[in-house]
Amino acid sequence: MLLSPYPTPGERIRIALLWLWCGLVILFLLVPILIPVPLSFNSGAFFIFPLEGLSTRWYEVVLGTQRWQSAIGNSLIVAFGTTLIATTLGTLTAIALSNEKFPGRRIVMPLLLSPLIVPVVITAVGSYLFYARVGLASTYAGIILAHTALASPFVVVTVGASLTGFDRNLMRAAAISGAKPLTAFFRVMLPLILPGVLSGAAFAFVSSFDEVVVVQFLASAGQRTMPLEMFIGLREKLSPAITAAATLMMALSIVLLVVANVLARRGQSRRSAAG
Amino acid sequence: MSALQPSELDRPALARGRPAAGADPGTASAALRRAEFGDRLRTLALAAPLLLLLALSFGIPIVLLLSRAVYDPTIADALPRTSVALADWNGQGPPADAAFIALAADLSENQAKGTAYELAKALNARLPGARSQVLKTVRQLEGAGGRPPLEIMKAVPFWSAPGTWPTIANGTRAITSFYLLSALDLRWNADGGIERVPPEQAIFLQVFLRTFFVAAAVTLATLLLGFPLAYLISSVPKGLAAILIVAVLLPFWTSILVRTAAWTVLLQKFGLVNDLLLWLGIASERLDLMYSRIGLIIAMTHIQLPFTLLPIYSVMRTIAPSQMKAAYSLGARPFTAFRRVYLPQVFPGIMAGCLLTFILCLGYYITPALIGGASDQLISNFIANYVNVELNWEMAAALSFILLVFTLALFGIFARILGLDRLKMV
Repeated sequence: MLLSPYPTPGERIRIALLWLWCGLVILFLLVPILIPVPLSFNSGAFFIFPLEGLSTRWYEVVLGTQRWQSAIGNSLIVAFGTTLIATTLGTLTAIALSNEKFPGRRIVMPLLLSPLIVPVVITAVGSYLFYARVGLASTYAGIILAHTALASPFVVVTVGASLTGFDRNLMRAAAISGAKPLTAFFRVMLPLILPGVLSGAAFAFVSSFDEVVVVQFLASAGQRTMPLEMFIGLREKLSPAITAAATLMMALSIVLLVVANVLARRGQSRRSAAG
Repeated sequence: MSALQPSELDRPALARGRPAAGADPGTASAALRRAEFGDRLRTLALAAPLLLLLALSFGIPIVLLLSRAVYDPTIADALPRTSVALADWNGQGPPADAAFIALAADLSENQAKGTAYELAKALNARLPGARSQVLKTVRQLEGAGGRPPLEIMKAVPFWSAPGTWPTIANGTRAITSFYLLSALDLRWNADGGIERVPPEQAIFLQVFLRTFFVAAAVTLATLLLGFPLAYLISSVPKGLAAILIVAVLLPFWTSILVRTAAWTVLLQKFGLVNDLLLWLGIASERLDLMYSRIGLIIAMTHIQLPFTLLPIYSVMRTIAPSQMKAAYSLGARPFTAFRRVYLPQVFPGIMAGCLLTFILCLGYYITPALIGGASDQLISNFIANYVNVELNWEMAAALSFILLVFTLALFGIFARILGLDRLKMV
């Protein structure tokens, strides 16, 4: 592809330099995210290669001590709550937006996406100010609400994509055959767009599970999530436990996002098969 | 969900086209309009829960925050009598004695209500040094022992100083441009014009400039690193391209916090980057990369690289290689062909990627907080600091206001030139 059939020496040099540069860029991309993995299995307390020995002691710290356990628990509570609300409401909204009768889509869509664009510090500070007034600060409900704002755009966009090819005649057919609206939704529409809904849910889960800035402002000491515990740890003292926590978080995000992308792709190929 | 069915059902083929020629246009189109109106309402009802929730959890908080940048009733609430007494003051010279007496009464009342400190703080934000003067005067008024308030007020030089009364008069208006101007290192002068604050108080322009500089440096770095890689991925066979794309997506899917954590490990004095630099002979001694501008830019470049690369790649993928071959066969040199055939077509992708990265860099918080030193904190860090440490909400609101205006303006350009669809790659 890159070389012409009869390459000149100059062309060979250019292509070689391109490969070299790109090789370095890929190292730059991959090495930093892979480095914490071996370090997290180090038996010593320093971030130095070669490792002093292999051990799982830092994973025992993260999974075994009360401080980290409650952080993991808090993260799961918040992420599951966010996923549930964002997926349900986001799916409904995507269905509404996919209808050409929806009024003012050109206004609503940017509004829905705006939580992704507004700098997260502004969102966090604003939520803190308002939630403190209405008694939602330092509550799980408050954190979940704020995270839902950040997560729902992912659901709306993903489910919206899986709906673009959905044939609405199928719903008419179901209704003519006597299905009630709810039945038609659960038995005709949902199965067809399910991959999109699940992938939206996975995106929502990861966006909440990885979020730290909003939590930093809204959470009380007992509500620290895993990223917040990491953030505080990085500020105060650098312990190898952080590399173990980072590895765990990275593994979870990557697994979920791979699943989400595979599902999203399946959702789109399925709709083209159905359409 | 029950709203779903009718919107599917009640829309006969008629609704799509015009009413049939023979039908009575009046009744048919009226019925149609009614049906369409119902349809619209039902779709709106489906979207309503999320829209309401977003308004509550996101819209109201931000509006409330921004309003604090221009609305600060602290001083007006604390000085009701003074506000009245100043109503017909022309702003020149000290006001009439009645204003001094009213101020003394207001101060005493604040002391009695326990709000004197709040008032002192609010005045101090506008007039450095006011805090101690207010608190001192309040104590004197309390222990006056029959001394008339006017005498006490006149005895404190602060209350007769040239800048004091204009500031108080300004503060008694709840709607204020004070904080927004401060966020740009500006203020009102005594003649009612706008001037720069003295250099020793000017901090924010520098912070904005630093934020722009870091964002521009990161954008440039991601373009230099990302463009060739995007080109390579778009021109190698499919299987290899898939592997290379994974190398881009893997970091893209890892959270910013985790990647920042990885960089704090790597950039340590005895970390891997320093090891590598020594080994390669690039540096002769270990560098302080943590808490430095260069460390911050390296880490941010790593995090933003996929955001720049992916839009460029998605455009490059659509350009047929035969175009370049045609250019060569017409006699173009490689560089000419690249510049005149390839680059103009990739340009929207470059714009999208770079704008996206620049916009996201403006709002960076985590990475500067963890890797940047004290002089590398960006505007987001200042906003957080005004909330957490200084407890000056108005200043935080004003900085948020200006950051948001920049961000939305750039995003408006993005959406206008390139369209919102380019955001879908997330």
